Amino acid sequence: MSALRPDLAIIAGHVVPGSRVLDVGCGDGELLAVLRDERGCNPHGMEIAAESVANGVARGLSVIQGDADRDLAFYPDQSFDYAILSQTLQTTKRPDLVLEELLRIGGRAFVSFPNFAHWRVRLSLLWRGRMPVTRLIPVEWHETPNIHHLTIADFHDLVAKRGIRVERSWFLSGDRQTNAACANLRAEHAVFLLSR
Amino acid sequence: MATALAPAGRSIVLPEPLPLDSGQSLAPVTIAYETYGELAADRSNAVLVCHATTGDQYVASANPVTGKPGWWTRMVGPGKPIDTQRFHVICANVIGGCMGSTGPGTPAADGKPYGMRFPVITIRDMVRAQVMLLKELGIERLHGVVGGSMGGMQALSLVSEWPDMVDRAMIVAATGAMPAQNIAFQEVGRQAIMADPDWLGGHYYGSGRAPDAGLAVARMAAHITYLSEASLTEKFGRRLQDRQTKSFGFDADFQVESYLRHQGLSFISRFDANSYLYITRAMSYFDLGEEHGGKLAEAFRRSRARFCVVSFDSDWLYPTELSHRLVHALNAAGAAVSFVELSAPFGHDSFLLDVPALDRVMAGFLGQ
Repeated sequence: MSALRPDLAIIAGHVVPGSRVLDVGCGDGELLAVLRDERGCNPHGMEIAAESVANGVARGLSVIQGDADRDLAFYPDQSFDYAILSQTLQTTKRPDLVLEELLRIGGRAFVSFPNFAHWRVRLSLLWRGRMPVTRLIPVEWHETPNIHHLTIADFHDLVAKRGIRVERSWFLSGDRQTNAACANLRAEHAVFLLSR
Repeated sequence: MATALAPAGRSIVLPEPLPLDSGQSLAPVTIAYETYGELAADRSNAVLVCHATTGDQYVASANPVTGKPGWWTRMVGPGKPIDTQRFHVICANVIGGCMGSTGPGTPAADGKPYGMRFPVITIRDMVRAQVMLLKELGIERLHGVVGGSMGGMQALSLVSEWPDMVDRAMIVAATGAMPAQNIAFQEVGRQAIMADPDWLGGHYYGSGRAPDAGLAVARMAAHITYLSEASLTEKFGRRLQDRQTKSFGFDADFQVESYLRHQGLSFISRFDANSYLYITRAMSYFDLGEEHGGKLAEAFRRSRARFCVVSFDSDWLYPTELSHRLVHALNAAGAAVSFVELSAPFGHDSFLLDVPALDRVMAGFLGQ
């Protein structure tokens, strides 16, 4: 699983083998392929870009073209053991509703996102007075698909308000895991395992 | 065309009468078919290709009536997305057709062509006949079934009704139920045929007359629905045909008019008007959900097949929304389904034309 992006590797490593999994925003299906080939899962994907869907199908994966904001309604209640949303929450129109949908479709949900409160982002905003452009937020504000930047603290607030339980969380700095202490300052990236 | 166009190809007479959804049965039934590629010793590599409304069994070999290459040579053949070096591809002319399978132009028991005495058939009847053909060919299970447009409807019907036969179903530019707009267009085509005085109530065979004008108009109208506004504009615009100025008459002044007239004329040389009536009727009756208590998802409950559903963004005849409904139902049934709307400029005909992304999806889906 070393070829996977670090947040995906964490997710792949913590999915119970043999599970039914939906990866929302699955790209070309890297995670799906690992879940199928190495974890014995029955993985499905949703992806907005036709080109990526075609790539996934060409790999023999089950991928549906769709938009997380609109098309999660495709799926019946509790049709998956896990719903995964990696690096996509901040691009949705209504992240709160998308979270609800993930936990309607899946028994549990993995959600990962870049942390806008990382110290480098804070410093960049403080000193330069401009929207930060960092390794994890590489695109300038006017071109970025990230329309709802959030911090780890924001995410905790949202799930608490919605009565969603955090089963586990992982924090990444660079490609390495970092501990939870001061995660909102030190982590570039967070992965949460959620349930109702 | 005055008689059924039975070319010298492969065919089989079904050993039993074919039961029909109408309650009638049809016998004897001849099914004309073609195959490509070798059937594996364990018979595990069979792929059934189902043809569209006016298609035929000549999917990847020259059509003996027109002399033109098969209708899907870009998709089926050695090294092609449906690779005949790997798969044994079968394609059969649907019943009701006019390329060798039993249809309205076939002689009935009294030796005279059925004409309108031919029973009204359904998509499921077409499929039932192909299932009987496969049985005769010793094929119990299909690696895959592939169909575009009406072929996609047949593929869906097959998976639904004979779920144990199919491992993979590729559904391109199709629908689980014929929508009102499509029923409407096909009614225009049928009325054009039946309004032609040479239709003779359907018994024009051997009369020296045939509803050629009506059939040509039906084809012209249908052909427009297979294209897109953008492709018509690109191909023809407002350009004039072989002239510098308008004629102030009713010749084919415009290239698009000339093109449609040509389409109509070439169609009547290869297709039987009554077959057109029967096949479009079968399509308008198609509603897979209705066959399952009004719930499309129920049609797929027994299936273990993997599905791949493809639509095209310029296809206004079978728009993506129809594929969405199908995908919803497949998801609700817990099926393994992929879906993609591909971008292509050619309208409904995109499934037959140069769309490289479709090739990749097809090869990947069938190859897994």
